[in-house]
Amino acid sequence: MDWANLRTRLTKMLRSVWSPFAAIPIALLLGALVLLAAGYNPITAYEAMWQGAFKDRTAFTEVLIKATPLMFIGVGLAVAFKCSIWNIGAEGQFYAGAVMATVTGIYLGDLPRLILIPLVLIMGTAGGALWGMLAAYLKNRFGASEVVTTIMLNYVAIYITGYLVTGPMIETKGLFPQTPKISEAAWLPRFLPPTRLHIGFIIAVLVAVLLYILIFKTSIGYTIRAVGINPIAARYAGINVKRNILLAMGISGGAAGLAGAVEVSAISYRLYQLISPGFGFDGIAVALLVNNNPLGVIFSSFLFGALRSGAEVMMMTAKVPSVLVSLIQGFVILSVVAFGVYRVTTVEKEE
Amino acid sequence: MKDCIVRMENIVKSFGSVRASRGVNLEVCPGEIHCLLGENGAGKTVLMSILYGLYQPDSGDIYYKNKKITIGSPKDAINLRIGMVHQHFMLVPTLTVAENIVLGQYPAWKVLSDMPAIQEKIYQLSKEFDLNVHPEALVQDLSVGEQQRVEILKALYHGADLLVLDEPTAVLTPQESEHLLSFLRELADKGLTILFITHKLEEVMQVSDRVTILRDGKAIATVNTSETNPRELARMMVGRDVLMELMKKEGESGEVIFSVRNLNVKDEKGLPAVKNLSLEVREREVVGIAGVSGNGQTELALALAGLVESQFDEIILNKHSLTQKDLSRLNHLGMAHIPEDRQKMGLILPFSVSENFIAETYRNEPFSKKGFLQFRTIKDYSNMLVKKFSIRVGDVDEAIANLSGGNQQKVVVARELDRRPKFLLVNQPTRGIDIGATEFVRQQILAERDAGSAILLISTDLEEIFALSDRILVMYEGRIMGEVPPDHNRVEEIGLMMAGKTEATA
Repeated sequence: MDWANLRTRLTKMLRSVWSPFAAIPIALLLGALVLLAAGYNPITAYEAMWQGAFKDRTAFTEVLIKATPLMFIGVGLAVAFKCSIWNIGAEGQFYAGAVMATVTGIYLGDLPRLILIPLVLIMGTAGGALWGMLAAYLKNRFGASEVVTTIMLNYVAIYITGYLVTGPMIETKGLFPQTPKISEAAWLPRFLPPTRLHIGFIIAVLVAVLLYILIFKTSIGYTIRAVGINPIAARYAGINVKRNILLAMGISGGAAGLAGAVEVSAISYRLYQLISPGFGFDGIAVALLVNNNPLGVIFSSFLFGALRSGAEVMMMTAKVPSVLVSLIQGFVILSVVAFGVYRVTTVEKEE
Repeated sequence: MKDCIVRMENIVKSFGSVRASRGVNLEVCPGEIHCLLGENGAGKTVLMSILYGLYQPDSGDIYYKNKKITIGSPKDAINLRIGMVHQHFMLVPTLTVAENIVLGQYPAWKVLSDMPAIQEKIYQLSKEFDLNVHPEALVQDLSVGEQQRVEILKALYHGADLLVLDEPTAVLTPQESEHLLSFLRELADKGLTILFITHKLEEVMQVSDRVTILRDGKAIATVNTSETNPRELARMMVGRDVLMELMKKEGESGEVIFSVRNLNVKDEKGLPAVKNLSLEVREREVVGIAGVSGNGQTELALALAGLVESQFDEIILNKHSLTQKDLSRLNHLGMAHIPEDRQKMGLILPFSVSENFIAETYRNEPFSKKGFLQFRTIKDYSNMLVKKFSIRVGDVDEAIANLSGGNQQKVVVARELDRRPKFLLVNQPTRGIDIGATEFVRQQILAERDAGSAILLISTDLEEIFALSDRILVMYEGRIMGEVPPDHNRVEEIGLMMAGKTEATA
């Protein structure tokens, strides 16, 4: 590949991901006004936030850890959205993956490490994929809107988890609604002790790169994009639209399920009732911010990880109430989206 | 200097590297019907969009009623009493006619209380111009022709002195077109100035007072319609002499390639649209299906392409009897299909030209190897097709949406014909494209026939049916009324069949 070509491609790439970062100062400015109005010093609050995300190596690795599930979920959703399947069910698919991983990690805990770890991840992926494909099946068979079915399946997955951790799988001490720890042989290795940074982060980046290649470089990706843009023309060309809907939901759900498996096997080591603080929904924003480009998701999930990490510290040290923290996060999403719209319209005008 | 209502001087407009207008001059006299004639991509629509404030020119001046003006937005244009009827209607289907007409042009808080007065005014206008549009009807319940009348009414309601129509007949049946043209004449007689964008020579001759010909973003000439003829117009428009009649080689048709026995298809509402239809198409033969649009042609094409369920006794392609399941993978069995709506069915619009070329073959070698798309090969192949079919495109990686309609259709035709089909199903191959491209597409279809393909041509354009077919079948209400040879002396017979009458009953 020649250099000029590479350069134009890099510029193109940068142009599709810069806006989230450019929008942040605006969002923080708006947030500062709200903080002032509520009687807090925005400078101390933001300083705490910055410290929380970037103070030292530990803080920074925490950002990466927070970005990991968002990256899995975000790339998966990017694939579904490219196929114009509006999967709002990554939350449920995350739970399905976490349940399958926990079951594997507990009941097959005697297996050797080299077998158990991949098995846990595979089972988690399979759980999420099947949960996602259930919605695809309902859409293909009965024409049920995936927006509705995936949202409803979220509840089903969350309540099944609730049942499992309070009933059949509750830890033997039975004090909390949670399962016992999974076998230590199922724990994902951490590679930067003493931080908690685990190989799940690397797997997430790999998955993002692989899905980028799948979508833009392979015939499977061609079909998914064609179906997403114009299902009628795709059918005329002899593409099996239903099979692709199933595939896109499988990939999307599988990635979310893998996120659940990684969360269990690298961070919590067990399943409990509200193991996801809404990863599945943040993932939607993560994917949309970068126009469903899997490589862009690496950056946008990092941004969200930093926000979450920083916000927690801001809450603790600057004593800013959590509602205000959510508000500032909301500002960030809104301004990023606004910038995205601006970018799309200006690019269109240039063309 | 003549008195004119609009004068556009030296208008230049570029989109990126594409120069859509390269210094266009246009003068329109009050009360005339002025046609803007040009092939797709000649810059007609861009010029009118500038006049309507949708685009700003890079340079050049616009004078309106002898005043130099800038038109910043459609709102300015409306205030200047310029009305525009777009090719694709700008109506909200779930609102009523009256609501659509005042949409965005009326203080929102007064719409509800003033609605009876608005409706009355629309009713009066509709009556005055004999438009027969009911202000309380929902737009989604109206036919295409009626929706167009709503668009015109909208312009009239806002007091337009100048009405711009962008290819208004492209979406109409022949009868509706006829109606529209005579209506426009009436409007002009009442003093309205009409700018009429078209690429159809007959329309220019029939309706206009003067005509300006655009080619490649430049105004070639403005002539009085009474002093010109279609041949001269075609030459100015295309830039060379145009074959008005195609050479159809005599040839013997061979054995039957495709046959259908007793095909029944239901339409979207579940009503029978194709009834016990049987036909056969032979090697080296074009069978034309004539008929007024909406008599089951669409459903016939959909069924043969395997896109809707159908019942049949037998379908044979290339001596193989087909099942319903085979129909959905016909393009692997030697059939190609040029669908009636290229934008909806034939192309994936945000995709590039080259991605569209491989829409049916992307999975095969050499376009993909072990599941990976071979971009180099795909690009070379696309460049080859672009050259072979003289498709006007800057780069094959460009989005196909940027191409003109004629060039988009050429992409579809190139893709389908390059697969060397045994059986080719062609539905409305030249609808909405310019004469240069029409001529080309028709020649390609005939060349394919001469090379031995069996071709089933569905078209509501009788002239096209006559130009291409070896045999003509007339379709009416889902049935084949009869077969006629393409003999111009028998047009009347065909016309009767199209209206559902056979000689026996007529």
